[in-house]
Amino acid sequence: MNELLHQTLSGLATGGIYASVALALVMIYQATHHINFAQGEMAMFSTFLAWMLLDAGLPYWGAFALTVVLSFVLAAAIEFAVIRPMHKAPELSVVVVFIGLLVIFHSLAGWLFGYTIKTFPSPFAANAWYGSQLMSAHEVGAIFVALVMVALLFSFFRFTPLGLAMRAAAQNANSSRLVGISVGRMLMLGWGLAGAIGAVAGMMVAPVVFLDPNMMTGVLLYAFAGALIGGIDNPVGAVLGGFIVGVLENLMGSYVVGTELKLSVALVLIVGVLIVRPSGLLGKKIVTRV
Amino acid sequence: MTHLLEVRDLHARYGNTKVLHGLNLDVAQGQVTALLGANGAGKTTTLRALCQLMVQTTGSISLDGVALNSRNTEQIARLGVGHVPDGRGTFMALTTEENLRLGAFSRSSRAGLAEDMDKVYAYFPRLRERASQQAGTLSGGEQQMLAIGRALMGRPRLLLLDEPSFGLAPLVVKDIFAIMRRINQEEKVSILLVEQNAKLALDIADTAYLLETGRVVLQGSSADMRSNDAVRRAYLGE
Repeated sequence: MNELLHQTLSGLATGGIYASVALALVMIYQATHHINFAQGEMAMFSTFLAWMLLDAGLPYWGAFALTVVLSFVLAAAIEFAVIRPMHKAPELSVVVVFIGLLVIFHSLAGWLFGYTIKTFPSPFAANAWYGSQLMSAHEVGAIFVALVMVALLFSFFRFTPLGLAMRAAAQNANSSRLVGISVGRMLMLGWGLAGAIGAVAGMMVAPVVFLDPNMMTGVLLYAFAGALIGGIDNPVGAVLGGFIVGVLENLMGSYVVGTELKLSVALVLIVGVLIVRPSGLLGKKIVTRV
Repeated sequence: MTHLLEVRDLHARYGNTKVLHGLNLDVAQGQVTALLGANGAGKTTTLRALCQLMVQTTGSISLDGVALNSRNTEQIARLGVGHVPDGRGTFMALTTEENLRLGAFSRSSRAGLAEDMDKVYAYFPRLRERASQQAGTLSGGEQQMLAIGRALMGRPRLLLLDEPSFGLAPLVVKDIFAIMRRINQEEKVSILLVEQNAKLALDIADTAYLLETGRVVLQGSSADMRSNDAVRRAYLGE
């Protein structure tokens, strides 16, 4: 019983990371109806930036903040330089560009930082008071960070004029332009935020899975499953889905399929959701009138 | 009389399809100007061209001496052009109040936002009742009120209205047109009104233009237009 509880709670911890990446995916999907397949590799690259800053002697939270800012700028720049010129291109071309970005970031990280596996520190001391038999301090901390990030984003979108303008631009581009919103700038901002969220997720997962260019491959798949379960167009659903996938992954891994086949759980979930309930738990069914 | 908006030799096209062929048009300060014409005459395209929305244009458009044709849609909105678009342009998943707040986005300062919101609610009390309701659930008439209210929140100098009567019950149309007249007088907003229903438009307008296949074929005061034989036969059904 204790073991089951332990597995569930530690599933919640990884779930928080999947939830964050799922949120980043949904953010870009809502605005552009594209799935950014490079989201995971961008997060991995950000984590390497953090590693570099730490290596240079910055204190953890300083490196953390600087990485978030750099990742924001990097992602926004990618939107501006690579994605924006594609805005009239067919769907498939955009997908290919995303896969290209994935490969580029992967190779770039390998080339710049090497393929050897590195340790990445956790900001949460191993013997901190909030750690226990059931959950390590890092697991508690990672969940806390994920929840704080979700709360911040929610408040930003719900209560600030800029957040409202971003939601408007995602919904109705022409009407947004007519009230003076620069839709291009909103998309860039959306990409920047997604990049920043990914960076946080990367820095939270790296102490657990260790840092190397392959670090986010599995995470992206789980996050994708989470986003689909919750509803790819619903941020709340994506967060919920991320946590569900985290717990399911851990329980299935411990009791059913074993750790070697854990990743296939994500694939089964993706296929299952697409067959049974394509719009996800909280997603909107899209009905087109003809 | 001074012209708030001056349009000279305006051509507009969607890709390779030319829709406007050298339009000349003026909107006098403080007046209501109507743009009449049948389906496909280019009325909606004219309004879109003024805002550089979805169409490519050549020719000159100036608002109070400022050239609009070299600017993009969002800059034009910030210069004080409120556009109530074809199809109403509602942000369906947002609430009524959020829709109105967005209207104020083009303003440089948030000062007076609450007062303006109250003013819109005073013109359209129905919107106050629906303030926290999702805008997509509003009726057609309410969405039209919302679209006008949203444009008003930007404190426009020029209001472009694209067929505000479209698909609405006659009583609702009557209400909305009465309020538009009030807005024109009380807020000192000049209005360019696109309408298929010529009778309705001529009742509210000071001057009118008649468009046919992308050209102005007739212009004059509303009274002149109303007594013109061709207009009477083709557009007023008399």
